[in-house]
Amino acid sequence: MLLTGRGARNGFALPLHALRRTTNVLVVVTITFFGLLLVTFLIGRVVPIDPVLAVVGDRATAEVYQRTRVELGLDLPLYEQFYFYAVKVLHGDFGRSVLTSNPVLTDIIRFFPATLELATLATIFGVALGVPLGVLAAANQGRWQDQAIRVVGLLGYSIPIFWLGLVGLLVFYADLGWVAGPGRLDVGYDDIVDPITGLLLVDSLLEGEWQIFLNAVSHIILPAALLGYFSLAYISRMTRSFMLEQLRQEYIVTARVKGLAERRIIWRHAFGNVLLPLVTVIALSYANLLEGSVLTETVFAWPGIGSYITNSLLNADMNAVLGGTIVVGVVFIGLNLASDMLYRSLDPRTR
Amino acid sequence: MKRSAFTIIGGLVLALSGGIAAAATPPDTVVMAKQIDDIISLDPGESFEFSGSEAIGNMYNRLIGYNLKNVSELYGDLAQSWSVADDGKTYTFKMKPGIKFASGNPVTAADAAWSIQRAVILNKSPGFILAQFGFDKDNVAKKVRATDPSTLVIETEKAVAPTFFYYCLTAVVGSVIDMKTAMAHEKAGDFGNDWLKTNSAGSGPYKLRSWRANESYTLEANENYFGPKPKNKRVIVRHVAESATQQLLLEKGDIDYARNLTKDQLDSLAKNADVKIDKGLKGSILYLGLNQKNPNLAKPEVREALKYLVDYQGIQKNIVSATHAVHQSFLPIGFLGAIEDEPYKLDVAKAKELLAKAGLPNGFSVTMDTRSTSPITDIAQAIQATFAQAGVKLEIIPGDGKQTLTKYRARNHDIYIGQWGPDYQDPHTNAETFAMNVDNSDDAKSKTLAWRNAWNIPEMTKETQAAVLEKDAKKREAIYQKLQREHQKTSPFVIMFQEVEVAARRANVDGFVIGPSFDNNLYAGIAKH
Repeated sequence: MLLTGRGARNGFALPLHALRRTTNVLVVVTITFFGLLLVTFLIGRVVPIDPVLAVVGDRATAEVYQRTRVELGLDLPLYEQFYFYAVKVLHGDFGRSVLTSNPVLTDIIRFFPATLELATLATIFGVALGVPLGVLAAANQGRWQDQAIRVVGLLGYSIPIFWLGLVGLLVFYADLGWVAGPGRLDVGYDDIVDPITGLLLVDSLLEGEWQIFLNAVSHIILPAALLGYFSLAYISRMTRSFMLEQLRQEYIVTARVKGLAERRIIWRHAFGNVLLPLVTVIALSYANLLEGSVLTETVFAWPGIGSYITNSLLNADMNAVLGGTIVVGVVFIGLNLASDMLYRSLDPRTR
Repeated sequence: MKRSAFTIIGGLVLALSGGIAAAATPPDTVVMAKQIDDIISLDPGESFEFSGSEAIGNMYNRLIGYNLKNVSELYGDLAQSWSVADDGKTYTFKMKPGIKFASGNPVTAADAAWSIQRAVILNKSPGFILAQFGFDKDNVAKKVRATDPSTLVIETEKAVAPTFFYYCLTAVVGSVIDMKTAMAHEKAGDFGNDWLKTNSAGSGPYKLRSWRANESYTLEANENYFGPKPKNKRVIVRHVAESATQQLLLEKGDIDYARNLTKDQLDSLAKNADVKIDKGLKGSILYLGLNQKNPNLAKPEVREALKYLVDYQGIQKNIVSATHAVHQSFLPIGFLGAIEDEPYKLDVAKAKELLAKAGLPNGFSVTMDTRSTSPITDIAQAIQATFAQAGVKLEIIPGDGKQTLTKYRARNHDIYIGQWGPDYQDPHTNAETFAMNVDNSDDAKSKTLAWRNAWNIPEMTKETQAAVLEKDAKKREAIYQKLQREHQKTSPFVIMFQEVEVAARRANVDGFVIGPSFDNNLYAGIAKH
């Protein structure tokens, strides 16, 4: 996305080109970051919420209020506030969150893995089902399979996830008892696994805690499936339209005339060409999930980055909001770069 | 491919379903689901939020406490006896002997003195509760001192009503902290503030095992506690923001207590034999603030008319039956001097008459800043409907809590639907905010609720200031009663409800005490059967 312009086509032909490309990337990334920082900072300062309130609460005396305002640097002109903040961020200091009284980085390290775990599983789910469904729909355009898949996709788009989450809990957790309830673990398993990666599924395996691993799986499976359903809806629709475009091409007609098996035409010839744009779609959908789905996190009491940022924003806890935004920004840019590289390795013309 | 994916998922679900059925909480552990994202700190000298107060109330003791059933009765918590000298300014406390902190250190008068001194010097949000007796960072070491390990002497600046002083000491900020433990973690002269945010150093029935913001806190029974042993080993309070999720967890038996259920959820649980409901009257009051900067609202007849345009009983019955009781004066039931008068009910004819007298026979248009939370939004809509019956067109401006509060504090609202909880258990806390406005200018130092609504009341301010100096408790009570009746008639506050705190629990668990203040929601009696 970000780098699919001229730079991408130059490939790795010459070291000089590679150098220039890297410089380009760095410049673009830096500008994007700076813009991100500035815009978020400004939004944070113009929202009609008093950040001092988040620190001292509604009852503080005028004196305490004023002192805190000065401590937070809110008495300075806006450009100075931004300068101080930017300098600190460049030194790797995101400041302290008012709400959690932790350094923002510590918070992010704690909350982000919960989201990462959820989003990764959801994306795996969405891709594993969404892509085949999209191909199937395109191959059977206009027939009942296509209609059925469209309905599935449409439902995924249009049902509020909040509602679906609650109904999912009601059916699979409360009624059937197939999966565990909200939260990442049962209460009895809290605080047993030491965080290594922060990903419970990985950490519990690394430490050989099978019981905890199973418990974590039974907790994550429902929210991951629901989020996965939403990315499935998106991915299957996009796959379908990419496939339809390819199936209309002349080389497909040629292949059919040559008498190739339909299965081979679809999977080898058409799908091979669909892979390219699909990578970008999947990367974007993954990035979206990594921002954290606030509603899902709320319903499932999932301590993720989405609810962290939202809660901080509603309390004008600007250090936390900015820190979170930077992380999400890094994720977006990182995934864009990754999909770019993948793009290049998949498309022989770009080599 | 599609089929195989379904097979895999189906198999996984089936494989798991065996292992996790019938998850009950461990027998010696109490698990609660509650909205605890308001906690900023667990340092008693800093915490001023509802959830934080509750946790601290279970970990620390104060010098004196009050009987939860009869708030006017004080008892010694860490203090054995206390008295005030004839000058009305010198208080002497004798500490109970042989009490230890969770660390094993003895509780001494020096700890008590230090705890008050640090709260005053740190001067965080709740610091004023102690500082209002004339302490500041320069004089507090002299005015609050331990004369020997068991004697604490406190000199106040003015001779105030002793009850006023005692009740302020019962607040969370009056908690006695283990000086040695806290000072061992001091950083840059912070009196251990940074460490105490996430650790405890008290003598109460529990100590803090962990607090993870927005996630959970865990309290563990304190083996050195001097009172009756807690009936459980640990209490885990998990942050569950969504009340529907809390309900599911409770019905399923994965938690013992659900603390934030709505009226509808409580109604639906009434039929469930596995679930019981605990209730307790809280000091929090729900009111409308009418900004006197709005020329229509500034008319006395309009203020009175609006008090006749709220369907108190209807709202109570239909919207907040489980969580609020009708209450129309600024002191909540349970406070010295509280009155139960309910002079107002929905009376459209009377309101129309008053509006006509105010020169507004056809009503007027006005806005109300409303937090988008249940049940505030529903109450606002009910008020909108009854206001309309007399031609008052109410526009509801929805917003987030901090957002509407920012506007309210800047006096930019017309009407604000607000909630006010007392800071400590003395009537002065509410009298001060509802009936005192020393300086009505925009840059005033003291920004009480009366100030926020630009209500200029020099006379009533004097009366309120006098009430706090009255030494005779009976006379003091009478002053507050008179003040409230006058306030009911003239004030720009439509006081509507007093909060009832509700906790839904599994039927096999009981013993949770819901006291009048958040810091006396007590866990120690909770037992499983």
